[in-house]
Amino acid sequence: MLLRHTPKEITERKALMINPAKTCQPIGAMYAALGIRGCLPHSHGSQGCCAYHRSTLTRHYKEPISAATSSFTEGASVFGGQANLLQAIDNIFTVYEPEVIAVHTTCLSETIGDDLPQIFDKARKENKVPEGKTVLGAPTPSYVGSHVTGFSNMVKAMAALAEPSSKKNGKINIIPGWVEPSDMEEIKKLSAMIGAHINMFPDTSGVLNGPLTGEYKMFPDGGASIDAIKDSGSSIGTLALGEWCSADAARLLDTKCKVPCSILDMPFGLKATDRFIDALRKVAGTSVPDEIATERGQLVDMISDMHQYFYGKKVALVGDPDQLIAMTEFLVSIDMCPIHIITGTPGKKFEARIKEITKDMGHKVNVKAKGDMFLLHQWIKNEPVDLIIGNSYCKYIARDEDLPYVRWGFPILDRQGHQYFPTVGYKGGLRLLEKILGVLLDRKDRDDPEEKFELVL
Amino acid sequence: MGKAQKLVQWDPHNIKEKLLEKYPPKVARKRAKQIMINEALENTTPEIVANVRTIPGIITMRGCTYAGCKGVIMGPTSDIVNLVHGPIGCSFYAWLTRRNQTDGINETNANYMPYCMSTDMQDSDIIFGGEKKLAAAIQEAYDLFHPKAIAIFATCPVGLIGDDIHTVAKNMKEQLGDCNVFAFSCEGYKGVSQSAGHHIANNQVFTHVVGKSETEKTQKFKINLLGEYNIGGDGFEIDRIFQKCGITNISTFSGNSTYDKLASANQADLSCVMCHRSINYVADMLETKYGIPWIKVNFIGAEATAKSLRKIAQYFGDQELTDKVESVIAEEMPTVESALKEVFPRTKGKTAMIFVGGSRAHHYQELFNEMGMKTISAGYEFGHRDDYEGRQVIPTLKVDADSRNIEEIHVEADPELYKPRKTPEELAALKEAGLEFKTYAGLNPDMDSNTLIVDDLNQYEAEKLVELMKPDLFCAGIKEKYSIQKLGVPMKQLHSYDSGGPYAGFKGAINFYQEIDRLVNSKVWSYMKAPWQENPELSATYVWE
Repeated sequence: MLLRHTPKEITERKALMINPAKTCQPIGAMYAALGIRGCLPHSHGSQGCCAYHRSTLTRHYKEPISAATSSFTEGASVFGGQANLLQAIDNIFTVYEPEVIAVHTTCLSETIGDDLPQIFDKARKENKVPEGKTVLGAPTPSYVGSHVTGFSNMVKAMAALAEPSSKKNGKINIIPGWVEPSDMEEIKKLSAMIGAHINMFPDTSGVLNGPLTGEYKMFPDGGASIDAIKDSGSSIGTLALGEWCSADAARLLDTKCKVPCSILDMPFGLKATDRFIDALRKVAGTSVPDEIATERGQLVDMISDMHQYFYGKKVALVGDPDQLIAMTEFLVSIDMCPIHIITGTPGKKFEARIKEITKDMGHKVNVKAKGDMFLLHQWIKNEPVDLIIGNSYCKYIARDEDLPYVRWGFPILDRQGHQYFPTVGYKGGLRLLEKILGVLLDRKDRDDPEEKFELVL
Repeated sequence: MGKAQKLVQWDPHNIKEKLLEKYPPKVARKRAKQIMINEALENTTPEIVANVRTIPGIITMRGCTYAGCKGVIMGPTSDIVNLVHGPIGCSFYAWLTRRNQTDGINETNANYMPYCMSTDMQDSDIIFGGEKKLAAAIQEAYDLFHPKAIAIFATCPVGLIGDDIHTVAKNMKEQLGDCNVFAFSCEGYKGVSQSAGHHIANNQVFTHVVGKSETEKTQKFKINLLGEYNIGGDGFEIDRIFQKCGITNISTFSGNSTYDKLASANQADLSCVMCHRSINYVADMLETKYGIPWIKVNFIGAEATAKSLRKIAQYFGDQELTDKVESVIAEEMPTVESALKEVFPRTKGKTAMIFVGGSRAHHYQELFNEMGMKTISAGYEFGHRDDYEGRQVIPTLKVDADSRNIEEIHVEADPELYKPRKTPEELAALKEAGLEFKTYAGLNPDMDSNTLIVDDLNQYEAEKLVELMKPDLFCAGIKEKYSIQKLGVPMKQLHSYDSGGPYAGFKGAINFYQEIDRLVNSKVWSYMKAPWQENPELSATYVWE
């Protein structure tokens, strides 16, 4: 037993977090910035932050993650990091030649109070930012919120680049939230099928799911271009996917550029995808083609075909708020019972939303924002489940409690596929069901006694 | 980059020039001193600048002091509760990511390695101070686990807001009574790399843990293995060999360690130093305080393993042990040799580059040499000059502003526990017989002339080196892995071993031979181009039969 020191009895903890269900803001900002074309993310703090974020993202994507750091020393921590950032900006544009540097702060630079806009201003005055190149920044103090907050803050900093315009370009902004490159690709594919002209940012497809060709491109061809991001101020509307990841940026576009927005759930599962497709065709003023209706029908078909294996199964979930809300709704919609739900990200609204979605499920639901996986494990010990869904750290709980387990979320450090196969949309829903069924039926095949073992399921 | 284009000829001076040409002048001047051509100069040996600040904006491989302290040194300690005081990230990223293995997975020994513990500091803690929260977290951890020891790690903001973690630790230790609580001021901004963190960790372990064991170790041939972290089970393989030879490993710093093992280090009769960088000062302190001499060993490479075992046997000077060591070597080597014979025709003549750590860039050259592979460029991520040039430069090292803030502890002979293991005459006789104490000649002498030695290699230089020198294999860490492989060159992680290992000892050598054979001869590197990309001209149309 790897987590054998975890007691079943739950005691209140006020100061100690054990096995977190979140990490810190800067990594989210780094991931978001990788969704800008030609962008080098920059971590304004000690070099360890940058090393840790690059390592984690590399392990998750099995792709190169380029990012620079201000490499604070004790001196910089006392006197401020301005000199380090100015030097970094100069070095980065000279050596790596990106189009964009997206700077995020850290607990270190936030605690000492470094002012990014003022430093950028000085860099421009000192001609350290070449003509036509962009420097943007997002405050991402690690002691506030979580990695999700950092993602949201960097996306908001992108939205701040948008230029107001009275002339509309007929496009729809889509802010996809912290989803995989494969998911972003799927969102673009669905939008194209509907005939909606979209402007999506950030967009990590083509950046973090690149091919192996014998050529290394530090800045791959994917990503949302700065021109497109600036142009988002001329769009007719914004669909923001996920309250936690995307709403702040969408609201900024609304107030700054008068681009109206709708905040939707992330399109995981049947109902959330229905709402997304329906909203998109309404803003775009187009009709949904039969191909999409067929994809939807296939998902409904699989739910119906395999319903007996989903029905009444209890599930433990851990992850980020936007993803968990959509996933909980999906599981409830196929008559599964998500009974333990934890996110490390703060937000009372999360608990309320989950309670709302699960109110008719007929089971008591444990839900906690700002929770940790130690508590999740204790809940499971007190009321066992049939399935656990979450990031790679769940494997320790799954092994100890002998639970069927689907990897979904961030980070996935020990399996492949998330960068290539989407879980958004109807196709993504099919993939989620395939994965869930796979582990449930493998378990049945493993545990059924010989006389009950069956060929056809 | 196809293998057909491979160039055999390169001039190291040209390569150095090319590495530097794109840099702004200030950066170029600084980097020029950290890129050294290994050559014999008249009357002097070339000097390299190392252990200096990373340049802001230049994409470094390095991590921070916290990573060196919590991640590297204390990470493998199974029954010590490691509690990180700071915002959540630092603790999260060091959670099970370093592949330290432990066999403390049993009912008698606690194993907290799968647990990640943090005070998860919030903005209110930054404003009002986090000492109360830290004390409460220590109490909660104690109430839940009742560990023998709790170690506290500071992250960047802790130093800035002035939380006195050492006083909190001291008070909690007194309050709890049966739990040793101690703290590490390992804020990420200290020093210039992980190396400072190793130092901070080792000093505190030496101060708060070593010598505290209440059980007396009575076995024969007791040693400490310093600077071995049991990545991928390296330590298990080394311990297997020790056991077979009848050598007792009292304490490994810090692979597969327990509180009691670390606490017993003073009871060994010899310290064997693996990773010189991370721990040579502990070996010195063990000698000064307890009278334990130290030798440099290396268990990476089958020949190196045999050599190290013979050195240990020579030290103890016991015929039975010497015979046993020889018989173990004789028993293990044939399997190693036959594995080597199998891969040698496929690995011979291949070239490698190694940029890791403070010792691995040196140690792994042993294994490549055994396979007939040449290391054409190497360097450390966080080494110091003595790791390159040898310990004789230590007295001449300048203490700069970044080193000055890393605590140096001065120890004296312990009034009760100091016991010289050998008389001066015995030591002199051993030296006379060729056993060297307290020596390490560094990486440079073991590399061919005109090879390139690069300290703190960065992403840009790595890409350039691969492009210009076209090695068959590149070794570094996870951050470098995929940019190198995108170029069509296999990349071996020598921090985490790519989920492989062990590579130490005899069995490890066999694993490594097979792994490197797999990497440099994998078919995948021939799939870079599709048929229509290799022959883009449409010279004939397809004729249907």
